[in-house]
Amino acid sequence: MDISSLLTAIPGAISQGILWGVMALGVYTTYRILNISDLTVDGSFATGGCVAAVCLVNGLNPFVSLLVALVAGLLAGAITGFLHTRCEIPAILAGILTQLGLYSINLRIMGRSNTPLLKVDTLFSKGKELLNLPSQYVAIIIGVVLIVLLVACMYWFYGTEIGSAIRATGNNERMVESLGVNTKTTKMLGFMIANGLVALSGALVTQSQGYADVKQGTGAIVIGLASIIIGEVVCGKRRNFMVRLSTIVVGSILYRVVVAMVLQMGLSTDDLKLLTAVLVAIALTVPVMLEKRNQNARYKAHIEG
Amino acid sequence: MLEIKHVSKTFNPNTINEKKALKDITLTLNEGDFVTIIGGNGAGKSTMLNMIAGVYPIDSGTIVLDNENLSLQPEYKRARTIGRVFQDPMMGTAADMEIQENLAFANRRGQKRGLGWGVRKDEKEDLQKALHRLGLNLENRMSDKVGLLSGGQRQALTLLMATLKKPKLLLLDEHTAALDPKTAKAVLELTKEIVEEQHLTALMVTHNMRDAIAIGNRLIMMHEGRIIYDVQGEEKKNLTVEDLLIKFEQASGEEFANDRMMLSK
Repeated sequence: MDISSLLTAIPGAISQGILWGVMALGVYTTYRILNISDLTVDGSFATGGCVAAVCLVNGLNPFVSLLVALVAGLLAGAITGFLHTRCEIPAILAGILTQLGLYSINLRIMGRSNTPLLKVDTLFSKGKELLNLPSQYVAIIIGVVLIVLLVACMYWFYGTEIGSAIRATGNNERMVESLGVNTKTTKMLGFMIANGLVALSGALVTQSQGYADVKQGTGAIVIGLASIIIGEVVCGKRRNFMVRLSTIVVGSILYRVVVAMVLQMGLSTDDLKLLTAVLVAIALTVPVMLEKRNQNARYKAHIEG
Repeated sequence: MLEIKHVSKTFNPNTINEKKALKDITLTLNEGDFVTIIGGNGAGKSTMLNMIAGVYPIDSGTIVLDNENLSLQPEYKRARTIGRVFQDPMMGTAADMEIQENLAFANRRGQKRGLGWGVRKDEKEDLQKALHRLGLNLENRMSDKVGLLSGGQRQALTLLMATLKKPKLLLLDEHTAALDPKTAKAVLELTKEIVEEQHLTALMVTHNMRDAIAIGNRLIMMHEGRIIYDVQGEEKKNLTVEDLLIKFEQASGEEFANDRMMLSK
């Protein structure tokens, strides 16, 4: 491995990790807080990118285009939420349906499969002019500011009455109903918030990479899960909420660093998706195996003792 | 207070698993009635409570609580005025949330939930006082996750949560059945205290005939989806377990054997 070229790749990996970390925060909302696997993510991530690209090409302010993308994500989440809560379609299938439909919608939004952002101002090109730094560092700075804001917002929101109701829904649905809260509403909100964040992340990634592609969301859900799990493995699971949210972003960064490393080692980008899938499968298996091993060890210790 | 008129429910109609769970149930509760419900397995006791709470829709009849027709209301709407404690101690609390978060969540029953704090600073003291009465020393563990508590502690907490905002009706579905005898007794005592103190109207399903006789002012026996015996006041006070067994045999034409109820004479 060429250490010096790896070192030059690290800042880029960190900035990607932060921007994709916003998506991981969205995945966390459904996967951990609501305890639902929402597969809308692959579609809504691309939706965010496509919407932002179209906004930018049509001369909208880069910041406003982020907000438009966020709203598009909220809507995408609402569709999955509607299919799951009102039509009572299982969550995983509801997410797959929305994701599939979004592919066509994303193509319609852009009118083609790829939109380059060569001659338009993005958040990052503007930041680069302003700060006069290399683009990876600009992306890191903008990303960190946004992440701090988002984590603070989420920390506040999940402490409110509505936020508590969403958390309780993921914990014990029957209790929530029996205390007078409609879990259809809380789930709907959860789906919307999650996909809003995912689309926002898609828009950020689009702006930083300088193009939107209808396929840019493929595998996003697995990357989101990888970030959450890596974060939990590295930083531990039982911590206060603010720390837990931050560990997801840390996980996302670590994931990108690992990817940069294996690419430096000569792995083809074509094999990345397989690598990610294997990584997540292993990360999900390890705790189960460890628990079994501990159980067996306890049993043996008991016999011998 | 509570008027149930001609309520019927059939599960899996027109299939091989068809089960007529409730057959033309009519029951009127007065304000402050504390009714115990007994009956064999599959008699329809839990189903009746679930119908009142709105867990499943009813096939026919009406359920009116305090002049409000609940018959077609969804569960969460009815829950604004109905408190519930389940048989499973894990069912009534959120394990991954703090004790104070659970209580504050229950404290907002029937209110609009907005963007105010989930646990307000000024309510913490009230919640702490409420916890103190459980006598479980939980008031010093307000920030502990509920998942750390034992089944009995969780059931006591659920009972407190169900009555924190005074409900118009309290439904207790064998809420002590999953607890060890000592804890069950303590939770039952607490139930009596809270119901008396707040003058609650309550329905309590139990498998224990002694408890059914000793607690409350009215007793109902169910069998195969029907109310077969309804007794209150002095007559109930003078009941014995033997009386109940005889009543059951008379009303149902069967012996009360082969049933969990025999064990808990």
